[in-house]
Amino acid sequence: MFLKIQDVNKQFVNQKEASTVLSDINLEINEGEFVSILGPSGCGKSTLLSIVAGLTKPTSGEILLNGQQITKPGKDRGMVFQQAALFPWMTVEENVMFPLRKEMKKKEAREVAHQFLQKVQLSNYTKHSPHELSGGMQQRVAIARALSMNPKVLLMDEPFGALDEQTRSRLHHELEKIWLETKKTILFVTHSISESIKLSDRIIVMGTRPGVILEDIKVQIPRPRANHPQMTAKLEEKIMGLLQTEIDKVVKEELAYAANN
Amino acid sequence: MRPTIKRIIFFAIIILVWQGIVRMLGISASLMPAPTDVFEALAQGFADKTLIYDILASFRRLAIGLVIAIVLGVGLGILLAKNKTADETLGTLILALQSVPSIVWLPIAIMWFGLNEKAVTFIVILGGTLVMTINMRIGIKNVSPLYIKAAQTMGSRGLDLFAKVIFPASVPYAVTGARLAWAFAWRALMAGEILSTGPGLGYTLKYASDFGNMKLVIGIMIIIGVIGTIMDIVFFQRVEKNVLRRWGLETNS
Ligand SMILES: Nc1ncnc2c1ncn2[C@@H]1O[C@H](COP(=O)(O)OP(=O)(O)O)[C@@H](O)[C@H]1O
Ligand SMILES: [Mg+2]
Repeated sequence: MFLKIQDVNKQFVNQKEASTVLSDINLEINEGEFVSILGPSGCGKSTLLSIVAGLTKPTSGEILLNGQQITKPGKDRGMVFQQAALFPWMTVEENVMFPLRKEMKKKEAREVAHQFLQKVQLSNYTKHSPHELSGGMQQRVAIARALSMNPKVLLMDEPFGALDEQTRSRLHHELEKIWLETKKTILFVTHSISESIKLSDRIIVMGTRPGVILEDIKVQIPRPRANHPQMTAKLEEKIMGLLQTEIDKVVKEELAYAANN
Repeated sequence: MRPTIKRIIFFAIIILVWQGIVRMLGISASLMPAPTDVFEALAQGFADKTLIYDILASFRRLAIGLVIAIVLGVGLGILLAKNKTADETLGTLILALQSVPSIVWLPIAIMWFGLNEKAVTFIVILGGTLVMTINMRIGIKNVSPLYIKAAQTMGSRGLDLFAKVIFPASVPYAVTGARLAWAFAWRALMAGEILSTGPGLGYTLKYASDFGNMKLVIGIMIIIGVIGTIMDIVFFQRVEKNVLRRWGLETNS
Protein backbone atom coordinates (compact mmCIF):
# COMPACT_ATOMS: atom_id res chain seq x y z
CA MET A 1 0.00 0.00 0.00
CA PHE A 2 1.32 3.42 -0.98
CA LEU A 3 -0.08 5.74 1.69
CA LYS A 4 -1.57 4.22 4.80
CA ILE A 5 -3.31 6.08 7.60
CA GLN A 6 -3.57 3.59 10.44
CA ASP A 7 -5.71 3.89 13.60
CA VAL A 8 -5.12 7.62 13.86
CA ASN A 9 -6.63 9.42 16.85
CA LYS A 10 -6.13 13.05 17.71
CA GLN A 11 -7.06 14.87 20.87
CA PHE A 12 -6.48 18.52 21.71
CA VAL A 13 -6.23 19.45 25.37
CA ASN A 14 -7.69 22.84 26.11
CA GLN A 15 -7.98 24.19 29.66
CA LYS A 16 -7.74 20.72 31.17
CA GLU A 17 -10.53 19.53 28.88
CA ALA A 18 -9.60 17.07 26.15
CA SER A 19 -11.61 17.11 22.94
CA THR A 20 -11.37 14.30 20.43
CA VAL A 21 -10.98 15.72 16.95
CA LEU A 22 -10.17 12.54 15.04
CA SER A 23 -11.32 9.08 16.06
CA ASP A 24 -10.00 5.82 14.59
CA ILE A 25 -9.14 7.05 11.14
CA ASN A 26 -8.09 4.26 8.79
CA LEU A 27 -7.42 4.93 5.14
CA GLU A 28 -5.41 3.36 2.36
CA ILE A 29 -4.53 5.29 -0.75
CA ASN A 30 -3.03 3.91 -3.96
CA GLU A 31 -0.26 5.55 -5.91
CA GLY A 32 -1.62 7.97 -8.49
CA GLU A 33 -5.06 8.25 -6.91
CA PHE A 34 -6.89 11.54 -6.56
CA VAL A 35 -8.65 11.30 -3.21
CA SER A 36 -10.90 13.97 -1.72
CA ILE A 37 -11.62 14.30 1.98
CA LEU A 38 -15.05 15.84 2.28
CA GLY A 39 -16.80 16.93 5.46
CA PRO A 40 -18.47 19.78 7.30
CA SER A 41 -16.34 22.58 8.68
CA GLY A 42 -14.64 21.63 11.95
CA CYS A 43 -14.70 17.86 11.41
CA GLY A 44 -10.90 17.63 11.49
CA LYS A 45 -9.98 17.60 7.79
CA SER A 46 -7.16 20.11 8.19
CA THR A 47 -5.90 18.30 11.28
CA LEU A 48 -5.78 15.02 9.37
CA LEU A 49 -3.91 16.58 6.44
CA SER A 50 -1.53 18.29 8.82
CA ILE A 51 -0.77 14.92 10.45
CA VAL A 52 0.00 13.41 7.03
CA ALA A 53 2.23 16.40 6.30
CA GLY A 54 4.09 15.74 9.55
CA LEU A 55 3.26 19.18 10.95
CA THR A 56 1.04 17.75 13.71
CA LYS A 57 1.62 14.60 15.75
CA PRO A 58 -1.26 12.14 16.11
CA THR A 59 -2.22 11.22 19.68
CA SER A 60 -2.06 7.59 18.59
CA GLY A 61 -1.76 5.68 15.34
CA GLU A 62 0.63 6.17 12.47
CA ILE A 63 1.03 7.22 8.87
CA LEU A 64 3.05 5.10 6.48
CA LEU A 65 4.32 6.28 3.12
CA ASN A 66 5.79 3.43 1.08
CA GLY A 67 6.05 1.51 4.34
CA GLN A 68 8.05 4.29 6.04
CA GLN A 69 6.57 5.90 9.14
CA ILE A 70 6.08 9.65 8.93
CA THR A 71 7.39 11.60 11.91
CA LYS A 72 8.19 15.02 10.52
CA PRO A 73 7.58 17.20 7.46
CA GLY A 74 9.52 16.27 4.34
CA LYS A 75 9.85 17.07 0.67
CA ASP A 76 8.17 13.81 -0.27
CA ARG A 77 4.89 15.47 0.71
CA GLY A 78 4.13 18.83 -0.92
CA MET A 79 1.45 20.97 0.70
CA VAL A 80 -0.82 23.68 -0.68
CA PHE A 81 -2.81 25.71 1.85
CA GLN A 82 -5.98 27.76 1.48
CA GLN A 83 -3.81 30.89 1.48
CA ALA A 84 -0.99 30.68 -1.03
CA ALA A 85 1.66 31.30 1.67
CA LEU A 86 4.13 32.67 -0.88
CA PHE A 87 7.05 34.54 0.66
CA PRO A 88 6.48 38.22 -0.14
CA TRP A 89 10.18 39.14 -0.06
CA MET A 90 10.91 36.79 -2.95
CA THR A 91 9.89 36.94 -6.59
CA VAL A 92 7.56 34.32 -8.03
CA GLU A 93 10.53 32.45 -9.46
CA GLU A 94 12.49 32.55 -6.19
CA ASN A 95 9.47 31.21 -4.36
CA VAL A 96 9.31 28.18 -6.63
CA MET A 97 13.07 27.72 -6.29
CA PHE A 98 12.88 27.76 -2.48
CA PRO A 99 12.52 23.98 -1.94
CA LEU A 100 15.18 23.26 -4.59
CA ARG A 101 17.99 25.53 -3.45
CA LYS A 102 19.79 22.92 -1.32
CA GLU A 103 19.84 20.08 -3.79
CA MET A 104 20.73 21.78 -7.05
CA LYS A 105 22.71 24.66 -8.51
CA LYS A 106 20.93 27.95 -8.93
CA LYS A 107 20.82 27.75 -12.69
CA GLU A 108 19.34 24.28 -12.62
CA ALA A 109 16.82 25.24 -9.93
CA ARG A 110 15.73 28.18 -12.02
CA GLU A 111 15.17 25.92 -15.02
CA VAL A 112 13.04 23.55 -12.95
CA ALA A 113 11.09 26.48 -11.52
CA HIS A 114 10.38 27.83 -15.01
CA GLN A 115 9.27 24.42 -16.16
CA PHE A 116 6.66 24.22 -13.40
CA LEU A 117 5.58 27.83 -13.76
CA GLN A 118 4.95 27.01 -17.40
CA LYS A 119 2.78 24.09 -16.31
CA VAL A 120 0.54 26.51 -14.42
CA GLN A 121 0.71 29.05 -17.25
CA LEU A 122 2.66 31.71 -15.41
CA SER A 123 5.86 31.83 -17.48
CA ASN A 124 5.37 35.55 -17.98
CA TYR A 125 5.34 36.33 -14.28
CA THR A 126 8.63 34.84 -13.09
CA LYS A 127 10.10 38.18 -11.97
CA HIS A 128 6.91 39.54 -10.41
CA SER A 129 6.30 39.98 -6.71
CA PRO A 130 3.56 37.79 -5.23
CA HIS A 131 1.54 40.89 -4.23
CA GLU A 132 1.27 41.85 -7.90
CA LEU A 133 -0.62 38.64 -8.68
CA SER A 134 -4.31 37.84 -8.24
CA GLY A 135 -5.43 35.27 -5.68
CA GLY A 136 -5.87 32.59 -8.33
CA MET A 137 -2.42 33.24 -9.80
CA GLN A 138 -0.84 33.11 -6.35
CA GLN A 139 -2.44 29.75 -5.73
CA ARG A 140 -1.06 28.49 -9.05
CA VAL A 141 2.42 29.57 -7.96
CA ALA A 142 1.90 27.66 -4.71
CA ILE A 143 0.97 24.56 -6.71
CA ALA A 144 4.03 24.97 -8.92
CA ARG A 145 6.19 25.39 -5.82
CA ALA A 146 4.84 22.20 -4.25
CA LEU A 147 5.23 20.23 -7.49
CA SER A 148 8.73 21.51 -8.23
CA MET A 149 10.24 19.40 -5.43
CA ASN A 150 8.73 16.32 -7.03
CA PRO A 151 6.80 15.06 -3.98
CA LYS A 152 5.31 11.58 -3.84
CA VAL A 153 2.06 13.02 -2.54
CA LEU A 154 0.44 16.40 -3.04
CA LEU A 155 -1.59 17.52 -0.02
CA MET A 156 -4.13 20.27 -0.67
CA ASP A 157 -6.18 21.91 2.09
CA GLU A 158 -9.16 23.69 0.52
CA PRO A 159 -6.76 25.28 -1.98
CA PHE A 160 -9.48 27.02 -3.95
CA GLY A 161 -11.73 27.90 -1.02
CA ALA A 162 -10.84 31.59 -1.02
CA LEU A 163 -11.30 32.13 -4.76
CA ASP A 164 -14.28 33.34 -6.77
CA GLU A 165 -16.42 30.81 -8.63
CA GLN A 166 -14.99 31.50 -12.09
CA THR A 167 -11.36 31.31 -11.02
CA ARG A 168 -12.07 28.17 -9.02
CA SER A 169 -13.61 26.47 -12.01
CA ARG A 170 -10.62 27.32 -14.18
CA LEU A 171 -8.22 26.01 -11.56
CA HIS A 172 -10.21 22.77 -11.25
CA HIS A 173 -9.61 22.27 -14.91
CA GLU A 174 -5.89 23.05 -14.61
CA LEU A 175 -5.42 20.81 -11.61
CA GLU A 176 -7.13 17.91 -13.35
CA LYS A 177 -4.86 18.41 -16.34
CA ILE A 178 -1.75 18.49 -14.16
CA TRP A 179 -2.88 15.36 -12.37
CA LEU A 180 -3.52 13.51 -15.63
CA GLU A 181 -0.06 14.56 -16.86
CA THR A 182 1.98 13.87 -13.73
CA LYS A 183 -0.11 11.08 -12.17
CA LYS A 184 0.71 12.44 -8.73
CA THR A 185 -1.11 11.05 -5.73
CA ILE A 186 -3.32 13.87 -4.49
CA LEU A 187 -5.04 14.16 -1.13
CA PHE A 188 -7.51 17.00 -1.51
CA VAL A 189 -9.47 18.48 1.40
CA THR A 190 -12.71 20.27 0.65
CA HIS A 191 -16.12 21.00 2.09
CA SER A 192 -17.68 21.37 -1.37
CA ILE A 193 -19.52 18.27 -2.61
CA SER A 194 -19.45 19.35 -6.25
CA GLU A 195 -15.74 20.11 -6.11
CA SER A 196 -14.98 16.65 -4.78
CA ILE A 197 -17.12 14.94 -7.44
CA LYS A 198 -15.63 17.02 -10.21
CA LEU A 199 -12.05 16.10 -9.35
CA SER A 200 -11.59 12.85 -7.48
CA ASP A 201 -11.39 9.10 -7.99
CA ARG A 202 -12.51 8.55 -4.42
CA ILE A 203 -14.37 10.66 -1.91
CA ILE A 204 -13.82 10.05 1.79
CA VAL A 205 -16.89 11.47 3.52
CA MET A 206 -16.19 12.53 7.09
CA GLY A 207 -18.58 13.05 9.96
CA THR A 208 -18.02 15.37 12.85
CA ARG A 209 -17.65 15.43 16.66
CA PRO A 210 -15.59 13.41 16.74
CA GLY A 211 -14.18 13.29 13.22
CA VAL A 212 -14.78 9.84 11.74
CA ILE A 213 -14.88 8.38 8.25
CA LEU A 214 -18.50 7.79 7.25
CA GLU A 215 -18.05 6.42 3.76
CA ASP A 216 -15.45 5.73 1.15
CA ILE A 217 -17.09 6.39 -2.22
CA LYS A 218 -15.54 5.41 -5.56
CA VAL A 219 -16.45 7.94 -8.23
CA GLN A 220 -17.16 5.94 -11.39
CA ILE A 221 -18.15 8.87 -13.61
CA PRO A 222 -15.90 9.17 -16.73
CA ARG A 223 -13.78 12.30 -17.11
CA PRO A 224 -14.34 15.07 -17.97
CA ARG A 225 -17.18 14.96 -15.50
CA ALA A 226 -18.81 18.10 -16.84
CA ASN A 227 -20.09 15.91 -19.70
CA HIS A 228 -22.11 13.75 -17.31
CA PRO A 229 -24.39 16.07 -15.38
CA GLN A 230 -26.98 13.41 -14.53
CA MET A 231 -24.56 10.98 -12.91
CA THR A 232 -22.97 13.90 -11.08
CA ALA A 233 -26.31 15.11 -9.76
CA LYS A 234 -27.21 11.64 -8.54
CA LEU A 235 -23.97 11.23 -6.61
CA GLU A 236 -24.30 14.72 -5.22
CA GLU A 237 -27.72 13.86 -3.84
CA LYS A 238 -26.41 10.71 -2.21
CA ILE A 239 -23.56 12.56 -0.47
CA MET A 240 -25.89 15.37 0.55
CA GLY A 241 -28.04 12.79 2.34
CA LEU A 242 -24.99 11.44 4.17
CA LEU A 243 -23.87 14.87 5.28
CA GLN A 244 -27.29 16.21 6.21
CA THR A 245 -27.33 14.32 9.51
CA GLU A 246 -23.83 15.66 10.22
CA ILE A 247 -24.77 19.23 9.49
CA ASP A 248 -27.90 18.85 11.65
CA LYS A 249 -25.65 17.58 14.41
CA VAL A 250 -23.47 20.68 14.21
CA VAL A 251 -26.47 23.00 14.23
CA LYS A 252 -28.04 21.20 17.18
CA GLU A 253 -24.84 21.33 19.23
CA GLU A 254 -24.38 24.99 18.50
CA LEU A 255 -27.94 25.77 19.56
CA ALA A 256 -27.48 23.79 22.77
CA TYR A 257 -24.22 25.62 23.43
CA ALA A 258 -25.89 28.99 22.87
CA ALA A 259 -28.76 28.03 25.19
CA ASN A 260 -26.34 27.08 27.97
CA ASN A 261 -24.25 30.22 27.79
CA MET B 1 -5.15 72.55 -4.45
CA ARG B 2 -2.14 70.28 -4.06
CA PRO B 3 -0.87 69.66 -0.52
CA THR B 4 2.56 71.07 -1.36
CA ILE B 5 1.03 74.38 -2.45
CA LYS B 6 -1.14 74.48 0.67
CA ARG B 7 1.94 73.92 2.80
CA ILE B 8 3.97 76.64 1.07
CA ILE B 9 1.14 79.16 1.56
CA PHE B 10 0.73 78.12 5.19
CA PHE B 11 4.40 78.60 6.04
CA ALA B 12 4.56 81.87 4.08
CA ILE B 13 1.67 83.22 6.18
CA ILE B 14 3.33 82.18 9.44
CA ILE B 15 6.58 83.89 8.46
CA LEU B 16 4.78 87.06 7.36
CA VAL B 17 2.69 87.29 10.55
CA TRP B 18 5.77 86.60 12.66
CA GLN B 19 7.78 89.31 10.85
CA GLY B 20 4.85 91.76 11.10
CA ILE B 21 4.30 91.30 14.83
CA VAL B 22 7.98 91.54 15.76
CA ARG B 23 8.51 94.68 13.68
CA MET B 24 5.24 96.43 14.59
CA LEU B 25 5.64 95.88 18.33
CA GLY B 26 9.36 96.63 18.10
CA ILE B 27 10.36 93.53 20.06
CA SER B 28 14.09 93.31 20.75
CA ALA B 29 16.04 90.69 18.76
CA SER B 30 17.45 89.21 21.98
CA LEU B 31 13.89 88.38 23.06
CA MET B 32 12.31 87.36 19.77
CA PRO B 33 14.20 87.84 16.51
CA ALA B 34 12.29 88.38 13.27
CA PRO B 35 12.49 85.81 10.41
CA THR B 36 14.84 88.11 8.50
CA ASP B 37 17.24 88.15 11.49
CA VAL B 38 17.09 84.36 11.75
CA PHE B 39 17.75 84.05 8.04
CA GLU B 40 20.72 86.37 8.33
CA ALA B 41 22.19 84.32 11.19
CA LEU B 42 21.71 81.09 9.24
CA ALA B 43 23.22 82.60 6.07
CA GLN B 44 26.27 83.69 8.02
CA GLY B 45 26.60 80.32 9.73
CA PHE B 46 26.51 78.49 6.41
CA ALA B 47 28.81 81.02 4.74
CA ASP B 48 31.58 80.58 7.31
CA LYS B 49 30.81 76.80 7.33
CA THR B 50 30.43 76.59 11.13
CA LEU B 51 26.87 75.26 10.84
CA ILE B 52 27.94 72.76 8.19
CA TYR B 53 30.60 71.39 10.54
CA ASP B 54 28.04 71.24 13.33
CA ILE B 55 25.56 69.31 11.18
CA LEU B 56 28.27 66.88 10.05
CA ALA B 57 29.51 66.39 13.63
CA SER B 58 26.00 65.69 14.90
CA PHE B 59 25.29 63.30 12.01
CA ARG B 60 28.48 61.40 12.51
CA ARG B 61 27.63 60.77 16.15
CA LEU B 62 24.06 59.88 15.24
CA ALA B 63 25.12 57.46 12.51
CA ILE B 64 27.56 55.63 14.79
CA GLY B 65 25.03 55.47 17.62
CA LEU B 66 22.16 54.41 15.40
CA VAL B 67 24.08 51.63 13.65
CA ILE B 68 25.17 50.21 16.99
CA ALA B 69 21.63 50.59 18.36
CA ILE B 70 20.08 48.76 15.40
CA VAL B 71 22.59 45.90 15.53
CA LEU B 72 22.15 45.53 19.30
CA GLY B 73 18.37 45.87 19.02
CA VAL B 74 18.12 43.18 16.34
CA GLY B 75 20.23 40.81 18.42
CA LEU B 76 18.39 41.47 21.68
CA GLY B 77 14.98 41.35 19.97
CA ILE B 78 15.75 37.92 18.51
CA LEU B 79 16.99 36.72 21.90
CA LEU B 80 13.80 37.88 23.65
CA ALA B 81 11.54 36.40 20.98
CA LYS B 82 13.28 33.03 21.02
CA ASN B 83 14.18 32.55 24.68
CA LYS B 84 11.32 32.53 27.18
CA THR B 85 13.50 33.02 30.25
CA ALA B 86 15.32 35.96 28.67
CA ASP B 87 11.95 37.46 27.73
CA GLU B 88 10.57 37.10 31.25
CA THR B 89 13.63 38.67 32.86
CA LEU B 90 15.64 40.87 30.51
CA GLY B 91 12.45 41.67 28.56
CA THR B 92 10.83 43.21 31.62
CA LEU B 93 13.96 45.24 32.36
CA ILE B 94 14.02 46.58 28.80
CA LEU B 95 10.35 47.58 29.00
CA ALA B 96 11.05 49.36 32.31
CA LEU B 97 14.10 51.16 30.88
CA GLN B 98 12.08 52.19 27.85
CA SER B 99 9.87 54.33 30.10
CA VAL B 100 12.92 56.30 31.28
CA PRO B 101 13.91 59.11 28.84
CA SER B 102 17.46 58.31 27.79
CA ILE B 103 18.69 61.84 28.60
CA VAL B 104 18.42 61.14 32.34
CA TRP B 105 21.35 58.77 31.83
CA LEU B 106 23.62 61.66 30.86
CA PRO B 107 24.95 62.53 34.35
CA ILE B 108 25.99 58.95 34.99
CA ALA B 109 27.33 58.60 31.43
CA ILE B 110 29.52 61.66 32.03
CA MET B 111 30.79 60.03 35.23
CA TRP B 112 31.70 56.89 33.31
CA PHE B 113 33.05 58.31 30.07
CA GLY B 114 33.91 61.92 30.93
CA LEU B 115 32.48 65.10 29.44
CA ASN B 116 33.02 64.07 25.82
CA GLU B 117 31.56 62.50 22.73
CA LYS B 118 31.44 59.04 24.26
CA ALA B 119 28.89 60.08 26.88
CA VAL B 120 26.59 61.54 24.22
CA THR B 121 27.02 58.53 21.92
CA PHE B 122 26.14 56.31 24.87
CA ILE B 123 22.74 57.93 25.40
CA VAL B 124 22.10 57.94 21.64
CA ILE B 125 22.71 54.17 21.58
CA LEU B 126 20.51 53.71 24.63
CA GLY B 127 17.72 55.77 23.09
CA GLY B 128 17.72 53.68 19.91
CA THR B 129 18.49 50.20 21.21
CA LEU B 130 15.49 49.79 23.50
CA VAL B 131 12.85 50.69 20.95
CA MET B 132 14.60 48.64 18.25
CA THR B 133 14.68 45.62 20.59
CA ILE B 134 10.99 45.87 21.41
CA ASN B 135 9.96 46.10 17.75
CA MET B 136 12.27 43.32 16.62
CA ARG B 137 10.89 41.03 19.32
CA ILE B 138 7.30 41.68 18.22
CA GLY B 139 8.29 41.21 14.58
CA ILE B 140 9.76 37.75 15.19
CA LYS B 141 6.83 36.74 17.41
CA ASN B 142 4.27 37.88 14.83
CA VAL B 143 5.62 35.92 11.87
CA SER B 144 2.64 34.15 10.34
CA PRO B 145 2.58 30.46 11.37
CA LEU B 146 1.51 29.76 7.80
CA TYR B 147 4.92 30.84 6.44
CA ILE B 148 6.63 28.60 8.97
CA LYS B 149 4.43 25.59 8.15
CA ALA B 150 4.87 26.13 4.43
CA ALA B 151 8.65 26.32 4.81
CA GLN B 152 8.69 23.18 6.95
CA THR B 153 6.82 21.20 4.30
CA MET B 154 9.58 22.30 1.90
CA GLY B 155 12.26 20.77 4.10
CA SER B 156 13.39 23.91 5.93
CA ARG B 157 14.03 23.89 9.67
CA GLY B 158 16.33 25.12 12.41
CA LEU B 159 18.77 27.86 11.48
CA ASP B 160 17.83 27.69 7.80
CA LEU B 161 14.17 28.27 8.68
CA PHE B 162 15.13 31.23 10.82
CA ALA B 163 17.53 32.88 8.37
CA LYS B 164 15.51 32.26 5.21
CA VAL B 165 11.94 32.70 6.46
CA ILE B 166 11.39 33.97 10.01
CA PHE B 167 13.91 36.81 9.87
CA PRO B 168 12.92 38.16 6.44
CA ALA B 169 9.25 37.87 7.40
CA SER B 170 9.87 40.18 10.35
CA VAL B 171 11.51 42.92 8.26
CA PRO B 172 8.46 45.26 8.30
CA TYR B 173 8.67 45.44 12.09
CA ALA B 174 12.43 45.94 11.92
CA VAL B 175 11.91 48.92 9.58
CA THR B 176 9.37 50.45 11.96
CA GLY B 177 11.81 49.80 14.78
CA ALA B 178 14.61 51.57 12.88
CA ARG B 179 12.37 54.57 12.22
CA LEU B 180 11.46 54.88 15.88
CA ALA B 181 15.09 54.26 16.89
CA TRP B 182 16.14 57.14 14.66
CA ALA B 183 13.50 59.43 16.23
CA PHE B 184 14.53 58.53 19.79
CA ALA B 185 18.23 58.76 18.95
CA TRP B 186 17.85 62.16 17.28
CA ARG B 187 16.07 63.60 20.32
CA ALA B 188 18.58 62.06 22.71
CA LEU B 189 21.45 63.43 20.62
CA MET B 190 20.17 67.01 20.68
CA ALA B 191 19.46 66.90 24.42
CA GLY B 192 22.85 65.32 25.04
CA GLU B 193 24.73 67.92 23.01
CA ILE B 194 22.96 70.81 24.74
CA LEU B 195 23.84 69.41 28.15
CA SER B 196 27.39 68.31 27.43
CA THR B 197 29.88 69.21 24.76
CA GLY B 198 30.39 69.69 21.05
CA PRO B 199 30.95 70.12 18.29
CA GLY B 200 27.38 69.67 17.11
CA LEU B 201 24.09 71.46 16.50
CA GLY B 202 22.92 71.14 20.11
CA TYR B 203 26.18 72.43 21.48
CA THR B 204 26.23 75.46 19.17
CA LEU B 205 22.63 76.18 20.13
CA LYS B 206 23.59 76.21 23.81
CA TYR B 207 26.65 78.32 23.06
CA ALA B 208 24.58 80.88 21.11
CA SER B 209 22.06 81.00 23.91
CA ASP B 210 24.79 81.73 26.48
CA PHE B 211 25.77 84.74 24.40
CA GLY B 212 22.16 85.90 24.00
CA ASN B 213 22.28 85.18 20.26
CA MET B 214 18.59 84.26 19.85
CA LYS B 215 18.79 84.61 16.06
CA LEU B 216 21.09 81.63 15.89
CA VAL B 217 19.18 79.71 18.58
CA ILE B 218 15.98 79.85 16.55
CA GLY B 219 17.89 79.21 13.33
CA ILE B 220 19.32 75.98 14.77
CA MET B 221 15.92 74.97 16.13
CA ILE B 222 14.62 75.27 12.59
CA ILE B 223 17.51 73.19 11.21
CA ILE B 224 16.82 70.48 13.80
CA GLY B 225 13.13 70.41 12.86
CA VAL B 226 13.82 70.38 9.12
CA ILE B 227 16.34 67.54 9.35
CA GLY B 228 13.97 65.52 11.54
CA THR B 229 11.08 66.00 9.15
CA ILE B 230 13.10 65.20 6.06
CA MET B 231 14.50 62.00 7.56
CA ASP B 232 11.12 60.88 8.78
CA ILE B 233 8.90 61.73 5.81
CA VAL B 234 11.29 61.49 2.90
CA PHE B 235 13.29 58.52 4.04
CA PHE B 236 11.76 56.32 6.73
CA GLN B 237 8.07 56.66 5.93
CA ARG B 238 8.76 55.97 2.28
CA VAL B 239 10.83 52.88 3.00
CA GLU B 240 8.24 51.69 5.50
CA LYS B 241 5.40 52.13 3.02
CA ASN B 242 7.23 50.22 0.29
CA VAL B 243 8.06 47.37 2.62
CA LEU B 244 4.52 47.13 3.96
CA ARG B 245 3.10 47.07 0.45
CA ARG B 246 5.48 44.41 -0.72
CA TRP B 247 4.94 42.27 2.39
CA GLY B 248 1.20 42.54 1.82
CA LEU B 249 0.60 44.22 5.19
CA GLU B 250 -0.69 47.51 3.83
CA THR B 251 -3.70 48.92 5.61
CA ASN B 252 -5.78 51.05 3.28
CA SER B 253 -5.48 54.49 4.75
N1 LIG C 1 -4.23 23.51 17.71
C1 LIG C 1 -5.49 23.24 18.11
N2 LIG C 1 -5.82 23.28 19.43
C2 LIG C 1 -7.07 23.00 19.82
N3 LIG C 1 -8.08 22.68 19.01
C3 LIG C 1 -7.83 22.63 17.69
C4 LIG C 1 -6.53 22.91 17.17
N4 LIG C 1 -6.56 22.77 15.82
C5 LIG C 1 -7.83 22.44 15.52
N5 LIG C 1 -8.60 22.34 16.63
C6 LIG C 1 -10.02 21.96 16.69
O1 LIG C 1 -10.18 20.76 16.00
C7 LIG C 1 -11.38 20.76 15.26
C8 LIG C 1 -11.11 20.41 13.82
O2 LIG C 1 -10.38 21.44 13.21
P1 LIG C 1 -9.90 21.40 11.68
O3 LIG C 1 -9.04 20.21 11.50
O4 LIG C 1 -9.32 22.71 11.35
O5 LIG C 1 -11.30 21.19 10.94
P2 LIG C 1 -11.67 21.41 9.40
O6 LIG C 1 -10.42 21.60 8.62
O7 LIG C 1 -12.39 20.14 9.02
O8 LIG C 1 -12.59 22.57 9.33
C9 LIG C 1 -12.03 22.11 15.44
O9 LIG C 1 -13.06 22.01 16.38
C10 LIG C 1 -10.91 22.96 15.97
O10 LIG C 1 -11.41 23.93 16.85
MG1 LIG D 1 -9.77 23.30 7.50
